[in-house]
Amino acid sequence: MLLFAASRLLRAALTILFVMTFAFVVLRLSGDPALLIMSVDAPPEAIKAFRQAWGLDQPIWDQYVSYIGHAFTGDFGKSMRDGRPAIELVLERVPATLAITLPALALKIGLGIPAGIYAALHRNSVADRVTMAVSVAGFTMPSFVLALLLVLVFAVTLGWLPASGSDSAAHAILPIITLGVGGAAIMARFTRSAMLEVLGQPYIRAASAKGVTWRRVISHHALPNAAIPTVTIVGFMIGSLVAGAVVVESVFAWPGVGRLLVSAVANRDLAVVQALLMVIAASMVMANFAVDMAYGWLDPRVRSAPAGH
Amino acid sequence: MSALVEAIDLRRHYAVHVGRGPFTAKATLRAVDGVSLRVERGRTLGLVGESGCGKSTTGKLVLGLIPSTSGTVRHDGTDMPAINTPAWRALRLRMQMVFQDPLGALDRRLPIGQQITEPLAIHGIATTVERRERARAVMEAVGLQMHQFGRYPHELSGGQRQRVVLARALITEPDFLVCDEPISALDVSIQAQVVNLLLDLQERLGIAYLFISHDLKVVRQVSHEVAVMYLGRIVEQGEAESLFAHPAHPYTRALVSAIPVPLSAQGPRRERLLLQGDPPNPVDVPRGCAFHTRCPFAIASCRVETPALRPKADGRLVACHRVDEPALQVAA
Amino acid sequence: MIDPLVEIKGLTVDFEQDGRRLRVVDGIDLAIAPGEAVGIVGESGSGKSVTWLAALGLLPGHARIGGSVRLEGLQLAGAPAGVLEGVRGKRIAMIFQDPSSCLNPVHRIGWQLIEALKLHRGLDSTRARNEALRLLDQVGIADARRRLNDYPHQLSGGLNQRVMIAMALAAEPDLLIADEPTTALDATIQAQILALLGSIRRDTGMALVLISHDLGVVAENVNRVAVMYAGRLVEEALSQDLFAVPRHPYTQGLLAALPELTGPRRRLAAIPGTVPEPGKVPAGCAFSPRCPLAEQRCGSEPPPSRRVGMLHRAVCHLQIEPGVSAWALPRAAE
Repeated sequence: MLLFAASRLLRAALTILFVMTFAFVVLRLSGDPALLIMSVDAPPEAIKAFRQAWGLDQPIWDQYVSYIGHAFTGDFGKSMRDGRPAIELVLERVPATLAITLPALALKIGLGIPAGIYAALHRNSVADRVTMAVSVAGFTMPSFVLALLLVLVFAVTLGWLPASGSDSAAHAILPIITLGVGGAAIMARFTRSAMLEVLGQPYIRAASAKGVTWRRVISHHALPNAAIPTVTIVGFMIGSLVAGAVVVESVFAWPGVGRLLVSAVANRDLAVVQALLMVIAASMVMANFAVDMAYGWLDPRVRSAPAGH
Repeated sequence: MSALVEAIDLRRHYAVHVGRGPFTAKATLRAVDGVSLRVERGRTLGLVGESGCGKSTTGKLVLGLIPSTSGTVRHDGTDMPAINTPAWRALRLRMQMVFQDPLGALDRRLPIGQQITEPLAIHGIATTVERRERARAVMEAVGLQMHQFGRYPHELSGGQRQRVVLARALITEPDFLVCDEPISALDVSIQAQVVNLLLDLQERLGIAYLFISHDLKVVRQVSHEVAVMYLGRIVEQGEAESLFAHPAHPYTRALVSAIPVPLSAQGPRRERLLLQGDPPNPVDVPRGCAFHTRCPFAIASCRVETPALRPKADGRLVACHRVDEPALQVAA
Repeated sequence: MIDPLVEIKGLTVDFEQDGRRLRVVDGIDLAIAPGEAVGIVGESGSGKSVTWLAALGLLPGHARIGGSVRLEGLQLAGAPAGVLEGVRGKRIAMIFQDPSSCLNPVHRIGWQLIEALKLHRGLDSTRARNEALRLLDQVGIADARRRLNDYPHQLSGGLNQRVMIAMALAAEPDLLIADEPTTALDATIQAQILALLGSIRRDTGMALVLISHDLGVVAENVNRVAVMYAGRLVEEALSQDLFAVPRHPYTQGLLAALPELTGPRRRLAAIPGTVPEPGKVPAGCAFSPRCPLAEQRCGSEPPPSRRVGMLHRAVCHLQIEPGVSAWALPRAAE
């Protein structure tokens, strides 16, 4: 087991390194940060001084090695805008993002999974068709459209909730709903197909033939099996807890990680963008790791070897 | 005259990992472990055994579809060329395979007529008109009608699909056909149709068959000679009729006694030889005689020494240390 | 004549598909006496499995069941879920074709066995565990203690089928329905499982319905055989009579199509054509298009059920003499 976990962790670390390298290269290839941060008609000496100060005049390989070297010590560079350590800027935004993504996750799971199970159990009924239609609408609608719709209805027309900002708990409601609804729709769809797949298996009929009540067949025989593919989706959602709210944060002017990403990219604030991408990659990779471990717990076939052939 | 197809000491081993997750160990899966056989022109060699015995792998080795770990395969005197060489491809005209699942062996999206003429197209034989004519001839031979030329596989029944597979295999006029469980997926009444067809084709066209099956009764019906496999080795081989009437190797005796037979068709008291336990894993072949773990007659030497496949007085080949003991001939 | 344990009268099963009704089982009359072993033989499309799935209410929602299925007076056809759940496992148990996929992959063998024991015998955990061990022993599983903690994928097909049989026995049912129990298993394992079923029957006096397409499997292990074709029963007889003197052309054809292991090698009689699909069953006798002796009336009038011997009936217009085979006559040329 330890060997398994160790190899997975190594893979995770390599993935993060790859993301950091990729970000590093792309950011430097996409335009001269010096020119973008200082205006075009800044004097050439100022631009030169800027470049020197930030080490942009060094060969790219040297910059890279220096960056990775510092990264191992926890120094991910400084923001070009206000000089503060990039990692600090990123981490101080994380709580704000989690304040909306965690409740949204609860909504996705709490609404999506029961809806999916119900739809599967009442396949082809009116309830099933309605649930699936709503679900399609939910995940095809772009989040900003949904956000603006909700703002229009609840903030502008009804005046119940604030349209943007982050001053009170009430401000969080609309962002949470926007994030939650799309995810719940996806969750419902996946849960439904996972359940249908399981319900069609021979062991479900065999359990019924044993005399097990239908309720118990669902709760003890079907659900534990349907949980296995569902966990993949949940894992993905957990992975995007940190970075999955870019658009929503922008629409609602919510001061989270997403908004920081948008502004940092616009400003070519290299170190901050790199730090952000590293944190996002790390959270995704950790979530994947947790899912891998969860599989081992949920599916005994993954854990031990089959008999015979 | 030399045999049409000859296999000499064929072995096919796979390197596998046993166990899951972090605790894996390397092991060797001995799918085929020293098999020698001959198929004579126009005759049928039946190959029987249970799952994991290596009969399907043997069929593929004999056709040259997979490379052997060691050993030789000869067709009409010449060694089997390496896979995907032009010589190997040219040999496909003379040897073909018929599979168990006719629906899986056919392309769902192509009409059957096209699939039947495809081998000719691949090898660049004959013009389009001639190909269609040859397809018509072979379809008639297998009992299909020309109006079915444009049909798709899912529009045909299981028996008809298997006929399509046969037609496709026969259109290049091969002299050797490997049939791997060709009728197991079919209903009983259709099985009889296909069996009769295979026998008719052999009589008319002189095709040799390697007939692989777990169904002893069918094998007896179509084979001249039969080889019984267990865990990658042949344990008994001989003329079909006498092998099933008087099996010599304990495993063959168990197989024969396991065949359920309608009470009225049973003659004098049949031997009942029930084996204990499950067949072992081809990754974990027992030392000595591979069968000794389940053999009711096993003695000390069986655990240590692997018996060679030796001829008895009547010509039967048996791999058993105790085969000559008269006491074992009586029902156990 | 003792009262039957299970009596099926006029059972019909229709599947609704795209607004059409496809009849899969078309009027079955069959009775199983207590402790009796009955074989049901048929090819694909015969309805042999659907009949019993319908009896236990295990068919999907779009199946419509008609007719009557009585278990000692209790009506099962169309009964509410509560009644059926009380019968399943407890009075009528069923085992299926592919044992490895009939066991839940995420639960241990012990868990699944104990579930059956707690459900039907109301045992507490300790007693249930001991009883589970005893059952595994009864079905010939060595090292039972270790097996209780194994998962289905860790056991071979033969072992899994023994586990299924153990679960079926948990409640000491009156009837066990075995639907192709050995088709997915190797020949030597098949023999073991069939021998096991036989010995359990002798020990417990349980009735058995053995469903198979393999006539040999059925013949060796039951007292009475019923042959089904395209959703209907065509012949019913004592086992030895059916195989010695079959009286229906279809049964005769099936037997003539079987190769034998001993005796003279003869050309197999192949029944021409194929089994009709549900919904496309011909009028009159379902077998008439393929029957070498078919007459005018066979294609238009449904054939009557005739008594042709002791406990032997054939559903056919014609009176075929015992010993005469429809397939040996000159008209039956291929």
